[in-house]
Amino acid sequence: MRRGRRAVEVAMRAVLGGCAAASLLALGLIALFLFREGAGILRYTSLMALLGGREWFPTSSPPSFGLLPMIAGSALVTGGALAIAVPLGIAAALFVAEVPPRGLRDPFKVGLEILAGIPSVVYGFFGVMVVAPWLMRALGLPTGLTAGAAAMILGVMALPTVASISEDAVTAVPASIREASLALGATRWQTLWRVVVPAARRGILAAVMLGLGRAVGETMAVVMISGNAPRFPPTFLGSVRTLTATLALEMGETVMGSPHYHALFAAGCVLFLITLTVNLVGELMRRGGR
Amino acid sequence: MMRKRWMQRAGFALLAAAAGAVFLALGAILFFILRQGAPTISWEFLTAFPRRGMTEGGIFPVLVGTFYLMVGTVLVTAPLGVGAAIYLAEYARGGRWVRAIRAGVNNLAGVPSIVFGLFGLAFFVKLLGLGVSLLSGALTLGILVLPVVIRATEEALRAVPREFREGAHALGATRWQVTRTVVLPAALPGIITGAILAVGRAAGDTASILFTAAVFYTARLPRSPLDEVMALPYHLYVMATEHPAFWRTRHIQYGTATVLLTLVLAFYLTAAFWRAHARRRKRW
Repeated sequence: MRRGRRAVEVAMRAVLGGCAAASLLALGLIALFLFREGAGILRYTSLMALLGGREWFPTSSPPSFGLLPMIAGSALVTGGALAIAVPLGIAAALFVAEVPPRGLRDPFKVGLEILAGIPSVVYGFFGVMVVAPWLMRALGLPTGLTAGAAAMILGVMALPTVASISEDAVTAVPASIREASLALGATRWQTLWRVVVPAARRGILAAVMLGLGRAVGETMAVVMISGNAPRFPPTFLGSVRTLTATLALEMGETVMGSPHYHALFAAGCVLFLITLTVNLVGELMRRGGR
Repeated sequence: MMRKRWMQRAGFALLAAAAGAVFLALGAILFFILRQGAPTISWEFLTAFPRRGMTEGGIFPVLVGTFYLMVGTVLVTAPLGVGAAIYLAEYARGGRWVRAIRAGVNNLAGVPSIVFGLFGLAFFVKLLGLGVSLLSGALTLGILVLPVVIRATEEALRAVPREFREGAHALGATRWQVTRTVVLPAALPGIITGAILAVGRAAGDTASILFTAAVFYTARLPRSPLDEVMALPYHLYVMATEHPAFWRTRHIQYGTATVLLTLVLAFYLTAAFWRAHARRRKRW
């Protein structure tokens, strides 16, 4: 009896440990397969030409595999999205965390969860039907499917990440610090900007990093509204092609093992490295903030 | 002094405007999609196959495909995720190994879903030879939502008071007996919430099933896990962008978007209410 229980105990520990190792294993496998398939492109082009080349004609002869227009496209759209999501998200978080009534906090969190939960195709569809036509009419553009439209939608999509994590950071600031500032005669506004925000700075920076990660990796909404023509240099009022959109649009048509296939996996590697870096920095910030 | 007070008023008003903007964006999207889509929703739309090159008829096979994908995702992700969370909350004692696992979970959560799609294509579809299929899609989605399940479950487990465990240990129960008979039942509502959120996320994800599971059209319902499937988010995407007559099928697109949005909202709201309910009924 006793030995049976012991055996169950040892077995369960192993099984549960295995489950825990699975996510680490999954991450490792993802990296392994991306880099294994992506490295194949180096037989056809150099790393410099891949990352710095301005021309992406993967199926012409001779083909050219320059990812620069897509990297620039992703950077532009992500930058635009952050310009919207960061000020709005932080301000909303400060309002909910610092300004009474406290009863607003739970509905706000649920609202953010729903905003984060809306599928990206639905955002994309909303962009196609509402934002792009509005932008076209308002600015007199030939088409509304532009980097600007994509940045606006992506900004809303990154908003919940920025707002929610900032809110956690601001709420985690000890009340004693606030009280000390108020006791010294500072107004609530001064306390907020000069005491609370600096105290929550690392958490807020983490929120920005994670929002960046969300925006740079977003695919479907961007495919639907950014126009998808690779241009270099890209502009807000013109069409852009991001790394993610390129993968979504071209992966389905490639022959496995072709140079094009390997080039797309190489683009996937670039994307993976960007998001990994951003997330690691974000995590470090968040941990340091505690 | 007057100036300070004026500054404070204006400042707080700006912050309030930002919080308002968040709700405004949410409201605008929900209202627009649901209002435009509502007229399309009918019993027939939900239960009929597409007709005439998908310009008419319903979305029945699309709904069935998404349902199967959700079921498959839960079967993959729930055992793995709950097991991992139990290990992290009940068994692990910190240290390098646990930190590595945690870092793995956090980074997995940050990997873009299109990258999961690429991985699924290279690993499940090609290397394991599962093809573009329900199974490949469920496995890919299962890994994608794993961090959601792990985090929610771990949080639920940690919320169970230490005294519960100590009491059971004092009676001579082993760790697994304590976990199975005391901790898990107490944490169950939180675990179910996590599973619901994970399924909601999986139901709406497109980029990960683009090359692993989803197709534009199937003439019949999937009969085995190795069949390819239609799925709600992919259906909306192709109907809105790649269908040759996309401007003539706007009503189907709005209808599909409405069904997808309603489904996902139902999952998220259920999770939110369930959580609030469980919190209120808590006996400790």
